[in-house]
Amino acid sequence: MEKGNGCCFSSVSSAVILSTVAFVVILIFVRVLYVIYYCSGRPLSKRASKPVSTLIILGSGGHTAEMLNLLAVLQKDRFTPRFYIAAATDNMSLQKAMLLENSLASESGIDVANTAQFMKIYRSREVGQSYITSVWTTLIAIVHALWLMIKIRPEVILCNGPGTCIPLCVIAFIFKVLGIRWSSIFYVESIARVKRLSLSGLLLYKLSMADQIFVQWPQLQRQYPRATYVGRLM
Amino acid sequence: MGNEDGGDKTRRVVFVTVGTTSFDALVRAMDSEHVKKELLAKGYTNLLIQMGRGSFLPTKSEREGSLAVDYFTFSSSIADHLRSASLVISHAGSGSIFETLRLRKQLIVVVNEDLMDNHQSELADELANRKHLYCASPHTLHQTISDMDLNSLLPYTPGDATPVANHINRFLGFPDD
Repeated sequence: MEKGNGCCFSSVSSAVILSTVAFVVILIFVRVLYVIYYCSGRPLSKRASKPVSTLIILGSGGHTAEMLNLLAVLQKDRFTPRFYIAAATDNMSLQKAMLLENSLASESGIDVANTAQFMKIYRSREVGQSYITSVWTTLIAIVHALWLMIKIRPEVILCNGPGTCIPLCVIAFIFKVLGIRWSSIFYVESIARVKRLSLSGLLLYKLSMADQIFVQWPQLQRQYPRATYVGRLM
Repeated sequence: MGNEDGGDKTRRVVFVTVGTTSFDALVRAMDSEHVKKELLAKGYTNLLIQMGRGSFLPTKSEREGSLAVDYFTFSSSIADHLRSASLVISHAGSGSIFETLRLRKQLIVVVNEDLMDNHQSELADELANRKHLYCASPHTLHQTISDMDLNSLLPYTPGDATPVANHINRFLGFPDD
């Protein structure tokens, strides 16, 4: 009798646990679908009036040059404060961003410290690194990215590859699902991509993680219809 | 596309750049006798090679009647070298390509066939189709130089980031300017 009761109780409690887990899983699933299909890619309905904190992920070399061309025409009073992130091994990109911010500061008279911050991030994988050691380095990179994203919690993310932007975009997407912070993610595919999206672009496109993906060649847009053709940045 | 930009009129420099890494196959091709012969035949007098981290050293030369060859690894004034060149032979990185095109210099892009993810040729091919530059591989470079008609190249109009900025502004609900 008792044994039967215990058995009954444990089966009831395991049923409760199971259904709770199933409920939470379904809840998260519905929320992910809601974020992807209902919210992402749609313009925000409210009229923006306040400035938005903006995370700018600099990719190195040609990627950084393209991003700086975009920043040159972006309204700095709307996209402020600005947080710049570049790979720890990339010494040039943050220098170039600082140059831009310093010239902006000398024009406006506002101290750079109030409008812009510059940070470095560990890269998950360097060019030529083996795939085995990159498991470990990827782990470190994710923790570091998480720490930076908790500190910044940007409203807008501008990125244009390569891989550095992926962990940051994934974390931003998780923050959206959990309701921690709503960030609009914009990805500009590099001008070097004429026929196919880069791996970063393809990931963000396939997973619907970016709100808008811009491409610089018309033939690329024809291949990826959800992308937006914007002409050349360079 | 202008040829000489002031300076010594008889000096016509070919500037080769491999960018921040290495591209020995290009440096080796530049060092080869038939490439140098073709350049001399086209009226160039100097060959300056930025060789990056490469290990292949080209032969320097200052002999009369032949191409004067010099090289260096890196320089902070690549822009100055581009400006003083009559012809630029570059790796396929987008930074080098657009910096050269914006200076309205005649350009041959050499695609590194040894790179694993060889998307670089996409951009060079597209811009070659649009007649902004010539595209070659290290093996075909001498042929490209001998066949090229630099007067048929079209100047490149730099792009504009305003459409991207407008899309982002509209998406976020900022009013149009």
